[in-house]
Amino acid sequence: MCRPRAGDAMSKITSKPRGADRTDGHRLANTCNPDASASPTRRDFLRALGAGLLIAVTAPQAFAQARPRGGRGRGGGGRGGGGGATTVAARVHIGADGIITVMTGKVECGQGARAELTQAAAEELRVPVEQVRLIMADTQLVPDDGGTFGSQSTPRTVPAIRTGCAAARGLLLAFAGGRWKVDPKTLQVRDGKIIGSAGGQLLSYADLASDKDAAKSLQAAIPADVTISPVGSWKVMGTSVSRPNGKDIVTGAHHYPSDISRPGMLYGRILRPRAYGAKLLSIDLAPAKAMKEVFAVQDGEFVAVAAPSAFLAGRALEAIAKTAKWSPAPPQVSSEQLYDHLRKHARGGIPKNPFADEIASAAKSLQQTYHVAYVQHCPLEPRAAVAQWSDGKLTVWTGTQVPFGVRSQLARELNVGNETVRVIVPDFGGGFGGKHSGECAVEAARLSRAAGKPVSLRWTRQEEFTWAYFRPAGVIEAQASLDKAGALTSWNFTNINSGGNSVQSPYRIPKNQSRFVGSDAPLRQGSYRALAVTANTFARECFMDEMANLAGRDPLEFRLAHLDAGRLRVVLEEAAAKFDWANRIKTKQPNVGIGLSCGTDKGSFVAACAQVRVDPDLKSFKVIRVCQAFECGKIVNPENLRRQVTGAVLMGLGPALREEMKFADGKILNPSFGDYEVPRLEDVPELDIHLMDRPDIASAGAGEIPIVAVAPAIANALFAAIGVRVRQMPIRLS
Amino acid sequence: MEIRIDFTVNGQRQTVRSDPDRPLLDLLREDLKLTGAKYGCGERECGACSVLLEGKRVFSCRTPASKAVGKTVVTIEGLASGQALHPMQEAFLEEGAFQCGYCTAGMIITAVGLLRENPKPTDAQIVEGMNGNLCRCCSYPKIHEAVRRCAGQGRVTP
Repeated sequence: MCRPRAGDAMSKITSKPRGADRTDGHRLANTCNPDASASPTRRDFLRALGAGLLIAVTAPQAFAQARPRGGRGRGGGGRGGGGGATTVAARVHIGADGIITVMTGKVECGQGARAELTQAAAEELRVPVEQVRLIMADTQLVPDDGGTFGSQSTPRTVPAIRTGCAAARGLLLAFAGGRWKVDPKTLQVRDGKIIGSAGGQLLSYADLASDKDAAKSLQAAIPADVTISPVGSWKVMGTSVSRPNGKDIVTGAHHYPSDISRPGMLYGRILRPRAYGAKLLSIDLAPAKAMKEVFAVQDGEFVAVAAPSAFLAGRALEAIAKTAKWSPAPPQVSSEQLYDHLRKHARGGIPKNPFADEIASAAKSLQQTYHVAYVQHCPLEPRAAVAQWSDGKLTVWTGTQVPFGVRSQLARELNVGNETVRVIVPDFGGGFGGKHSGECAVEAARLSRAAGKPVSLRWTRQEEFTWAYFRPAGVIEAQASLDKAGALTSWNFTNINSGGNSVQSPYRIPKNQSRFVGSDAPLRQGSYRALAVTANTFARECFMDEMANLAGRDPLEFRLAHLDAGRLRVVLEEAAAKFDWANRIKTKQPNVGIGLSCGTDKGSFVAACAQVRVDPDLKSFKVIRVCQAFECGKIVNPENLRRQVTGAVLMGLGPALREEMKFADGKILNPSFGDYEVPRLEDVPELDIHLMDRPDIASAGAGEIPIVAVAPAIANALFAAIGVRVRQMPIRLS
Repeated sequence: MEIRIDFTVNGQRQTVRSDPDRPLLDLLREDLKLTGAKYGCGERECGACSVLLEGKRVFSCRTPASKAVGKTVVTIEGLASGQALHPMQEAFLEEGAFQCGYCTAGMIITAVGLLRENPKPTDAQIVEGMNGNLCRCCSYPKIHEAVRRCAGQGRVTP
């Protein structure tokens, strides 16, 4: 890999302040011919990518801003990565065969980054998407783009890749200009080629990559700035490019982390405590060791087995688990006691309402409490890792949203240097904020080192439900007052334990205090798709509905009366219009009701209207229709966005209606899909999704925010149907 | 204890030795390296492990290997003919009926099994037939549409 030269363009850029123009966050720093360097990395590149030109780009410091959300308390564990010193990293490789390889530290776990980043590259290179190969999340080859979380791939990594690829295009133009003795500005790249004005003049990326003189001259040619294509000229971005490896998905050819196989590989299982906090007093490994071809190891609390089949490993684990003696688990909070516990342990106490005078003198006021349960991501692929040691070097294939963070975690816990660890993240089976940590990778690596063979470790569903982390539960206290005209005069809103994102109300309220306070979390908690935004939006939008009712006003009209002109107002009006709110609110049917809500975070705006029908026994209800409007700036990939928004609404139905972790005495009581019911096909209501394109606004990420509006819209619809307020997620009548 | 298991997988005769209680899923994935069928729950609740046994969908994570003796198994790897995708694979690809794709093999196999039994299912029958398969990315509307599209074309032959 090329190293920056002192005083070149890059060193100036690295000192750029945070928050600098996003599209300028990555500048072309250097170009290099891999033959010019003799580092091991260069050999890795040549082996992986073949001969050609590498273009290095500064890895931006800006990632330091994107810490894993909610990774606190006993949380995520994984580090964000990418927050360290700025480095030069190879971003684009132009092969002698014309194939252009683009490298990113981002991962693909269903959110569509592979398609989006490929099309970003193709757009700037002016090549068909098929000519771009995207290498994702192989720590030996790719730059650290930070973890894949916080809806950051679109606003940060897309510009990074576009900049690198625009630089590559600039090189090709300069190359052609020099060859033909014309001003490069008069030339254009089309379909990966430049055609000169004189007859027979044609140059491609392959020519650029294989021309030795060009490579030499390019080492000196370092453009300080590159321009990325304005939205109006987009040809590939803004279109619905399909997932590049989609065919491998439908044929079963794609290898997920749990599908990776290595020669001589064993399948591992880990001994788990019977309850959180129970300590292993003794265990006898002999029953496992007596089994043919079974390996067993104990290293303190770490007890594991490995065998040539997962079945045999399971048998061996059962055999030794029977011999294990455990200390009793310490007393622990149960899900029944959860909300009292969180309130009682609110750090610094629950803040007092500073607007007590306002409450006392208000025409009307109200105080309510909302609860949000612990839920789990339960990605369909549980945590999985394959670890292989070779000559003291460790390679781990695993499903994680934070590849460089997991590399550091492995190095730390295995007590080896970062440079000896390579983490490869194949496109994996779902993250949703739940795979920020590397515990499975660490276990596989420990077991593999002890066994002296590659080890595949795939957590069982019960392990995933018990030993992964949870979306934090929360208690939210809200109090507000109205004047005689029915306008909000004060607002006091406190989120206990579930996070601060979007705790601030988007509504215009003269006196407003909104804050988040931590608490003593009884479960290991961490990130989740829009975790705190979901909790805060649920409580705020339900409470807004209650205030509208107190004021005797229509829920839509009440919200609009407190909402300045802007993007949130636009999506709310759009959802209401498409749903035909004005007419539906007038139509009264027994046990049927409609509700709405809206929310925003991270540059995305969402509003949902829902209709529910309550069963005659008033004990259960069904969501029969959801209309959602969503806006995240310029749409990069319309079909992918639609999948994300639709999927988020449906995934959001789970915690809205049913999902809730039950626990007592240090045990999870419902660790299976039989007992913890996630949405199924039969739960899909009539859906009406409206994506609003804003070419004038930079694209924001869309993987999270479309999930936040559906739950409060349902709770509010339930009130409209039967006059019952359910102030908790999941929203249940019995 | 191991038994000899002779069976046909994706049209090919296979012989493996295995504990009779070992899940068919493990046999396919570990011994035959057919990793298209996935582990999702081990409890017949998610359908990611779906394969066709004698033409019917089974949850291979809870199907003992002994049940496959002398039988015919079709996995996702056995649906395409060379480069030509099975119509259900085409339908899923064209609809973009997946996000992470981990459930997709099980979804496609289940849908193929469904259309074998009922070539023209109603929407309600599609929901019923596919309801045992979880998609955590919740691509359900597209999955439903892919099955509907394939059923409408009426050219489903596993």
